[in-house]
This record gives sequence, structure tokens and C-alpha cells, in this order.
Amino acid sequence: MSELVRIENLVKHFGPIKAVDGVSFSVARGEVLGFLGPNGAGKSTTMKVVTGFLSADSGRVSVGGEDIAANPIAAKRRIGYLPEGAPLYSDMTTRAFLEFTAAIRGFGGEEKRRRVADTVTRVALESVLEQPIETLSKGFKRRVGLAQSILHDPEVLVLDEPTDGLDPNQKHEVRSLIREMAPRKAIVLSTHLLEEVDAVCTRAVIISAGRIVSDGTPEALHARAAGHNAVTLVLRGVESEAARAALAAAQGVRAVEELGADGGAGRGGNGAEVLRLRILPEDGRAVAAEVSQVVRERGWKVEELTVDRGRLEDVFRSITAPDRTRS
Amino acid sequence: MSNVLVIFRREFQGYFATPIAYVFMGVFVALAGVFTMYIGGFFIRDQADLATFFSFHPWLYLFLIPALAMRLWAEERRAGTIELLLTLPITMPQAVLGKFFAAWMFTAIGLVLTFPLWLTVNYLGDPDNGIILAGYLGSLLMAGAYLAIGSCISALTRNQVIAFVVTAAVCLLFVLSGYPLVLDVFSAWAPAFLVETVSSFGFLRHFESIIKGVIDLRDIVYFASLIALWLFVNVLALDVNKAR
Repeated sequence: MSELVRIENLVKHFGPIKAVDGVSFSVARGEVLGFLGPNGAGKSTTMKVVTGFLSADSGRVSVGGEDIAANPIAAKRRIGYLPEGAPLYSDMTTRAFLEFTAAIRGFGGEEKRRRVADTVTRVALESVLEQPIETLSKGFKRRVGLAQSILHDPEVLVLDEPTDGLDPNQKHEVRSLIREMAPRKAIVLSTHLLEEVDAVCTRAVIISAGRIVSDGTPEALHARAAGHNAVTLVLRGVESEAARAALAAAQGVRAVEELGADGGAGRGGNGAEVLRLRILPEDGRAVAAEVSQVVRERGWKVEELTVDRGRLEDVFRSITAPDRTRS
Repeated sequence: MSNVLVIFRREFQGYFATPIAYVFMGVFVALAGVFTMYIGGFFIRDQADLATFFSFHPWLYLFLIPALAMRLWAEERRAGTIELLLTLPITMPQAVLGKFFAAWMFTAIGLVLTFPLWLTVNYLGDPDNGIILAGYLGSLLMAGAYLAIGSCISALTRNQVIAFVVTAAVCLLFVLSGYPLVLDVFSAWAPAFLVETVSSFGFLRHFESIIKGVIDLRDIVYFASLIALWLFVNVLALDVNKAR
């Protein structure tokens, strides 16, 4: 069975506030689903319902075929969960804490020792094994939380902001770990960091005000950005008017804009003039081939040719805060 | 069952990882001694028993046990670890029982540490050790009831001060309902059976009959069912919080 998490029409209120409003999606083995959205959009609440910490007002969640409300123990066995902020029993040592979770997960004796040792190696906790968790740095705490969630090698991993508060090296390590585990598991992770979606996710779900507003691959999300597949071309010693006319005539090109040097205002009059152009395609199609053909035909000297993927930030903002970006 | 044990061990060790254990034990043993020797007039009474020692327990527990119980759930909620605990593959009753038994075992150790008083009374005279043993048993049962109340109330709030105050107030009610202070209010107008009912709900009636050495099954059932009831409400409170 490849579909490991299935969420149908999830609704959850906190008093009068509708935190989650009819969310449905499913996650298959091998997928890394990035759960995006502004603060308070319902990401964490959804995850808390999926992991059985909160119960839904209506809707169904099943994990590996087990309904989390009807059969919570069986469902929870299949889940590894890193709650938001990675809460831990801070008075325990790293080892004692991991042994506690291993014991609760039903491992004993040699198996328990092996599981703890393996996990400790995977997330590099050897150096803090005997330290009380309260004395650890934020990065180590996050890794202890992560260790706890993968110790039983669950089919489903739910990670609420797994790289929050980590430095770039630590982020890289955690992402590598996620990528490495991804083929065997269904992973749901929430994040504010759009770069993270690009780095590890195979799918991005954007939630806003409790509803899913976008669900697709990170690539599809990029395609929604205004500047997607725009080509930036830097030429030397070419006359602006002629270049723009020639490029505008190429197939699939919607418009050609001249950018100033360094992207700023144009620089006038000099001999070896640098010309910066931004070529906007029709409907976000790829036009780099057409552009380079024009360049070759004309024999222009190219300093730089780059294709924009489109900034995820822009897409994110236009989807989750349409009123502000449109005005 | 093994899950209860795993939680029990973690909780129990938790007491000794912080100064809680040492402060609690120290204060408990010291106060028990002081109350018995001075306020209780241990030497003046000139009797080889621990009746005064035990008679102070309801009052000692009144502020010590809420202090012990207030963190049981409120602390988990404050630190967020409750999310970790309740998403592990354990049932709510297992979590509640594991924590409760750890706290109960902890108070049992506190009681055991009062053994110097027992040694003293045996050195000075020739007490009926059966009665003393019954007293310890009754005290432990009563501590369990206090703890169950405290655990339940702790599950209702993330604020430990509130948990402490409310637990102390509820426990006070249970203690006082055996005292003339409360009973007189009722006996003036209420039919005898009502006075009797109120009185039988209180800790004291049951506790005092046990420390006299009369181990009546009804008293034990009283404390056991009180513990069960409050822990049951404790589980309900956690379930309600889940659906909140």
C-alpha cells in the first residue's frame, strides 16, 4: 500500500475560531510533503490531529490504513512525530530520554540498545549522550527531538518545523537526513522556509486560513511566479535597439526589457557598453533555447545568460495574502 | 501494563533529577517530626504510640501533596511535552496511572523515611506495632486520594499555582467534612442521615478508624474508590482537552 496518510475533510474549531476548515490530502510512500502557510493558517493544528494529539470536529484521518480516532494506538505506532518547538523532557539526559521513547515503542534489551545507538549515530548525538537535555543548544535539542521521531523507523514522519532555529550547516544535515529517509516513508513537514520546499519536498501544499489553497510540485509552484522562466541576458558591445528588436521577434517571447547596469538605471555613452536585458516569455514557457539561437545567429558576445525559476516567496505571498499584494 | 511501568519509571526518576525530591522529603520528615514531638505533645502524652504523628498527616498533606501533584499534568502542558507523551502509542489511562503511581511511590518513600519516629517510640516504650503499621497504610491510602485529586486538577490547567490552590481547597473540603466545623452546620437542621453522609465522605472518619488499628474493608474501599474516581475524571479531562 503506497498511500500512507489520508486526510478527508478535516475540520477543527478552537472556540469560535475555525482553525482547520475542510482540509483533505493524502501522502504516499516516497513523498515529502511540504506544508506551507502563514502563521496561524492551521498547519500545526492539522499535524496535531494527524498525530492524534487533538481530535477533529469532523473529518477522518487514517495512517497506514488505521483510523487515528477509532484505533489510535495502532495508528500512533506507525507515526514518528516532532512537535512544534521540539518539546523534550529537559531533566533527562539524551540517552535516558531516547531509551524512554524506545521502551514506550516496545523495544527492550539488546534491540533497544541497538535502536538508540543507531539513531544517535544518524543524527550525530554521540557527544551529548550523557548530558541533561536542558543544557543542550537549540540545534542539539532539535536533533534529539528528531531522533525520538525516527527511532522506531516509522512509515510516516510528521515534522513540525524540523529546521527551525538551526544554523545553515545543521539545516543541511537535517535535510540530507530527510532526503535519505524519503524513499521508504511518507513524510509531512511544515516550514516557513520556501528554500526548504525546493531542497527536500516533492510536493508543496499551501494552507491559508484553514483551507488548502495550492497543492502541487514545487516546480508547479514556481511556474506560478510572475518571473518564471524569464531570461536575463547580459551582452557586451551590442546596440540596445537592435538587440531588443531581434529578441522580441523570437518565438515565445512576450516582451524584452532593458535593465540598467547592476539592475539599476541605464549607463550611457561608453564604448564597451554592457547591455542587460530581461526577456519575458509568453505563459511562462521556456525560451532559453530560442534566445541563445538568436544570440548565435547574430554573433553577440554573451557575458551572462540566466533563467529565473521565479521566486517562491512571490507565489506564497500572492496566494496567501492576495489582498495585500494586489493593491 | 508495561507502558504504565515505563511511564512510572520515567516519572519517578524525574523526581530525583531535580531538587523536588530532596526538598519534599526533607520538609515532610522534618515537619512530621516537629508536629509530633512539640505540637502533638509526644512526650507529655507519655504514650507509646504514633497516634499524634498520624493525626497530623491530613494537615501536612494538605499543602505538601498539592505541591507534588500540581506539576503532574500542568507542567507537561506548559513545557509542551504533553504533545510528545500523548502522541506516543499509549492509552490515556496508562499515562495517568504511570504518573499517579510514580507520585504515590514517591510519597510512600517519604513515609518510610519517617522511620526514626517509629524507632524512637519503640526505644522509649512498647507500642503496638500492628497499629502503627495500620497507620502507615491508612496514611498512604489517604495520600493516594490527595494525589488523585491533585493529578486530576493539574490536568485541567497549565498554571501550576492554580492547580496547587484548587487542589488544596478541594482536599481541605474533604478533610473538613469530617470535622464539627462543617458537620455542625448541617447537624443544626439537616436530618441525621445527611450529616452522616457528609461525614462519611470526609477523609477523617475513614483515616481515623484505620489509624486506630481497625482495618475495615469499607475504609479501604472508600479510599480506593475515591482514587479511582478522580483518576477516571483525570482521564476524561485529558480527553476533553483533546477535543477542546
